[in-house]
Amino acid sequence: MTPEAEDAAHAAATRVARESYGKLVAFLAARDRDIAAAEDALSDALAAALADWPRRGVPANPEGWLVVTARRRRIDAARRGRIASEASATLRLVAEELQAAQDAGPIPDRRLALMFVCAHPAIDEGVRAPLMLQTILGLDAAAIASAFLVSPTAMGQRLSRAKAKIRLAGAPFRVPDRDELPERLGAVLEAIYAAFAYGWEQAFADDPRGRNLAEEAIWLGRLAASLALDEPEALGLLALMLYADSRRAARRDAAGRYVPLAEQDVSRWNASTIAEAERLLTAAGARRTPGRFQLEAAIQSAHAARLYGGATDWPAIAALYDALYALTGSPVVAVNRAVATAEAHGAAEGLALLDAAGAAGGLDGFQSYWAARAELLSRAARRDEAREAYRHAIGLEFDPATRDFLLARLAALG
Amino acid sequence: MQYLLMIHDEEGRVAKMPKAEAEKMHGAYGAYTQALKDAGVLRGGERLQPTTTATVVRTKNGKSSVLNGPYAEVKEQLAGYYVIEAADLDAAIGWAARCPGAADGAIEVRPIWPM
Repeated sequence: MTPEAEDAAHAAATRVARESYGKLVAFLAARDRDIAAAEDALSDALAAALADWPRRGVPANPEGWLVVTARRRRIDAARRGRIASEASATLRLVAEELQAAQDAGPIPDRRLALMFVCAHPAIDEGVRAPLMLQTILGLDAAAIASAFLVSPTAMGQRLSRAKAKIRLAGAPFRVPDRDELPERLGAVLEAIYAAFAYGWEQAFADDPRGRNLAEEAIWLGRLAASLALDEPEALGLLALMLYADSRRAARRDAAGRYVPLAEQDVSRWNASTIAEAERLLTAAGARRTPGRFQLEAAIQSAHAARLYGGATDWPAIAALYDALYALTGSPVVAVNRAVATAEAHGAAEGLALLDAAGAAGGLDGFQSYWAARAELLSRAARRDEAREAYRHAIGLEFDPATRDFLLARLAALG
Repeated sequence: MQYLLMIHDEEGRVAKMPKAEAEKMHGAYGAYTQALKDAGVLRGGERLQPTTTATVVRTKNGKSSVLNGPYAEVKEQLAGYYVIEAADLDAAIGWAARCPGAADGAIEVRPIWPM
C-alpha cells in the first residue's frame, strides 16, 4: 500500500470513528443492551478498517461496512464460546442483523435512546456523564477519569459496572413516553451539563483535556437539542453552555490572570456565539414551558446585554435567581442569588441571603460560597471576617489564576 | 426478562395497623395482584411471615449451625415478593411503582438470572 493510501484510509477511519462512533455503538448495542460488547466489536472493526481500506479503498458506505464487520466479530466471539450458553441465540440474532445491515442504507440514529440509557434513573448519578462521554463520543476511561478528578482504575470500574447493570437489569434503549419524557430528559441534560461544568472549571487548569471536555459537552448538547427538537430545556441548556463559551477568551487577561465577569472586556466576547445562544433561548421561550436551564440561560443573556452597550440589569438578574432558587433549591444557586442581590440591592441584603444559605449547611467545602462571602464582607467593610473568608476560598481553589486573583484581593484588604 | 420485586416494609407498623387500615391494604394488594394477572405478567409471589419467625442456617466444615432470627437486622424487612415477566427494566419499574408497598416502604427490583 502506498503511504498516501494509508493516510487517506487512516483519515477516513478516524473521521467515521469521530462522527459515527456513538451512532454505531447505539445501533450495535440496542438489541441485546450489551454496550461493552458493542464497543469491543466496533473497536475491532475500526482496526480492521485501518488494515483493509488502504488496500481496497474506502467503501461507499463506511458506517455499513463497520457494522457488518463488527457483527462478524461478534459471531466469531460467540463461536469461540465466549458467550457459549447464548451462542445459538446470539448467532441467529446476529445473522439476521448482518443481513439487515448489508441490505440497509443509512444506519438509524439511536443516539438519543443511548443517552437515555446512560442517564437512566437506575444508573448511579455520578457515572451518567462519564458513560455518555464514553459511549457516544468514544472517550477513553483515562481521559474521562482525569477530567472528573478520579483515578483511571476507579473510573474504569464504575463504567464497566454501569454497563453490566444496563445489560443484566435490562435498561431499555428507547426514548421515554411523552409523560415521563421531561423528567428523564432532565437527567440526560444534567449529565451533559455536569460534563460541561467539569470541563469549564478546569479549562484553564494545566490539563488541556479540561477544555476538550467542555467542547465535547457542547457537542452532546447540540446532539440532544437536535434529536429532542420540541424540548425547550434542551435548547436552554445548549444556549447556557454557548453563553459561557462565548466568554472563554475574556476570562483571562494578556498575562493569563483571572478576570471576573464584571471586569471583562466585552470586545473579547464571541458575538456570533452569543447571537446563536440568543436565538436558541428565544426559540425555547416560545414554547412557554420554563425550566432550570432556560432560567440560567436567561441570566447569562442578561449579562450578555453589555455586549450591545447596555448596563447590566442586576435587579432583573436577581429576580431570575429568585425564580431559579425557588425551582431548584440548589446551594450553588443560593450563593449566586446572594451575589446578584448584593449587586442589585446592596451588600447587606446579599450577605443576609448568604448567611441564610450558609446556615442551611453543606457549603463549608464550597469555594464559591467563601469567595462570595469574602467579596461581600469586604464591601461591607467587615475586614477581619473578609480576610478569614478569603483564606477559606483560597485554600479550596484549584485554578492557579483564580487563586492569584483571590490572593491579590486579600492583600488589598491590608 | 423476569424480575423479582421485593417488598420491604416496617413489620412493626404493619403489625400495629388498625383493622380498617389492614383491610384496605389487603384490598389494595388483591387489586394489584389481579392487575398483574390480567396483564399476563405474574409468575409468582407470596407474603411472608414476620422476621420473628425466621431462622438462619449455615453449614461450615460439615457442621450446621442454626440461629434464631432474621439474616440481618434492618429498619425495613422483607415482607413479601412478586416474580414478574417484563419486557425491560422500565416496565418492571412501572409495576413496582404500582405495588401498594411502594407507598409505605420500598420495592427492590432485581433481574432474575436466566438459567
